[in-house]
Amino acid sequence: MGPAEAKGGAVHTLTTLLAAGIAAGTPLLFASLGEIVAERAGVVNLGLEGMMLLGAVTGFLVMDASGSVWPGVLAAVAAGTVAAGVHAFFAVTLRANQIISGLGVTIAGAGLAAIIGRSVVGKAPKTYFHEVRVPGLGHIPGLGTILFHHHVLVFAGYLIVPVVWWVLRGTRLGLHLRAVGENPAAADAMGVPVALYRWGAVLFGGAMAGLAGATFSLAESPGWTEGMTAGRGWIAVALVIFATWDPLRGLVGAYLFGCLDALPGWDQANQVLNLQPTLLGMIPYVATIIVLIAVTVLGLQRRLGAPQALGAPYVRGE
Amino acid sequence: MKAVISLGGAVARRAKGPGIQLGAVAAGIGLSALILMTIGLSPGDSLTTLFRGAFGSHFALTQSTLKAVPLALCGLAVALPLRIRLWNIGAEGQFHLGAIAAAWVALSLPDLPTGALLPLTIAAGMAGGAAWALLAAIPRAIWGVNEIITTLLLNYVALQLLAYLLTGPLQGSQSLGFPISDVLPSGAALPRLGSSLIHAGVFFPLAAAALLIAVLRFTKWGYEVRMIGASPEAARVSGMSATKSILVTLGAGGALAGLAGTIEVTNTFGQLQQGISPGYGYMAIAIAALAGTNLVATIAVAFLFGGFVIGGLALQVLSVPQAFVLMLQGIILFCAVGGARLAAARWGRPRRKEAPSTP
Repeated sequence: MGPAEAKGGAVHTLTTLLAAGIAAGTPLLFASLGEIVAERAGVVNLGLEGMMLLGAVTGFLVMDASGSVWPGVLAAVAAGTVAAGVHAFFAVTLRANQIISGLGVTIAGAGLAAIIGRSVVGKAPKTYFHEVRVPGLGHIPGLGTILFHHHVLVFAGYLIVPVVWWVLRGTRLGLHLRAVGENPAAADAMGVPVALYRWGAVLFGGAMAGLAGATFSLAESPGWTEGMTAGRGWIAVALVIFATWDPLRGLVGAYLFGCLDALPGWDQANQVLNLQPTLLGMIPYVATIIVLIAVTVLGLQRRLGAPQALGAPYVRGE
Repeated sequence: MKAVISLGGAVARRAKGPGIQLGAVAAGIGLSALILMTIGLSPGDSLTTLFRGAFGSHFALTQSTLKAVPLALCGLAVALPLRIRLWNIGAEGQFHLGAIAAAWVALSLPDLPTGALLPLTIAAGMAGGAAWALLAAIPRAIWGVNEIITTLLLNYVALQLLAYLLTGPLQGSQSLGFPISDVLPSGAALPRLGSSLIHAGVFFPLAAAALLIAVLRFTKWGYEVRMIGASPEAARVSGMSATKSILVTLGAGGALAGLAGTIEVTNTFGQLQQGISPGYGYMAIAIAALAGTNLVATIAVAFLFGGFVIGGLALQVLSVPQAFVLMLQGIILFCAVGGARLAAARWGRPRRKEAPSTP
């Protein structure tokens, strides 16, 4: 093998890693976008992992029953939304501790997902989202493979990010939502219905977590196994801090973490690092911890953009 | 909807203290039975099977007690840091590191007499759990890094580490390629009480809770922990540093979870392998939250939940997966939170402001 050929091989290998990273980052992107919106409205949602599992199992079950993927995606979104409704009821309406409520959703959601999915554990999927190459764009050398040769949900991610960014930043809806998260008393005085906005934001977060779950069970690793999201919901929660509550930075973070997530499988296929797969499997989690520490340490210097009223229940007149 | 909530509030307000928790347990069991009904199982049969399997015979009670030991220790591992409003979501990982460290020491020193090997094994397990907790506690104490996320993510690292060790350095010579260690020397196991299956480990949660209660009540540091827990701001203004309390509560919690892992690997399984925890560390969160950081209540709830784990095994006969127990515990947690909120607040007019949830 000549040097030129080796270089071509290396570029190709890197291209496959980046492409795999974008695909693996897509569920992280959905989940963290939803969490950004919920937290911007002042509600922490630690139920992401449970909502993703419920979305994954519901999506797979409905796909299995209907024989097609889109009803599965819709069902997954609905499942995530319903689970988020439980969190919203406790965290917003009852003003319970948001951390306990979120953890409750994760614990009960993981259990419920295992129960309703018990008949399809390990079952081969009838159908799933296949990769498609976008006409034209998909044939750009390198970039085409990295960005435009994926299953459809990846492309959905490209579209949702600017929409969420614009809604949060440039619309009345987004302004009110952020006001509810920063200073609910002031928002309330201006006539913004605080509880309604918080409910809406939490439900949107649940819908996105459900979509993230479907991305696992219908596209990334088609099928259902107990606990198949393996902590990705928690990585998404960490990503929100990394993204400083900004959807565009969330996008960068999600694809970056997607690359780390894809690293073990990619390395086994390409034999670059030649580490034990179990050691490689630690990388996404360890990297998230290190990044979280780094972001927090740097955050001491400047304000991090966390909504002021994050985690605080709102009671009129206090 | 509002009528239901008001009614719930009226009921909950009449129930005082543990009444809410007991009501929540009953309501959670009822709701879970309804969920089983929707997947085609008779709620009556399921609940009978669950409770008979958990508490219905001498054997069942013995097994439930044995399961309550790791659950109570992990519950204390969550409840202690919660006293200063820190969430230790990582008892699962600390449990595994305890098991790994204990097994490693026991396998490395097989020729030691029991009198030396047993304390060494226990110390190693507790140190392993504590070290794992400190990986999250130190960044929390120095820079304020969110401990909820770090402790949780370390659980996954611990599982990967276990998988690595079981296919590498700790893989047994007779494992035939399976990820399992050699059998631990019998000297590393805790002695049994008489002829029963119950081992001396049942005293550990009781001793730990008694020690912690005494320390919290009678020492200067315990006073600081109670102050910080009651009002972090007031404690800071009066010159108390939270750093030590963060390190000690999380570190001690990790040591207790590590002790739970030690007991499971030395006594229940006898060798290091995967699947040594059905999610004790996660159940511990529900236990501690349900017990409201009360250490004695933590042990009582752990006994109940230990019964659920054993009863859940009996339910598998009806093809209900083990995860049912996790769901049941999550739903009980919701009922308790809801009940407490309804009891504390007249509808729409809480008596006092809730503290923000973010640490």
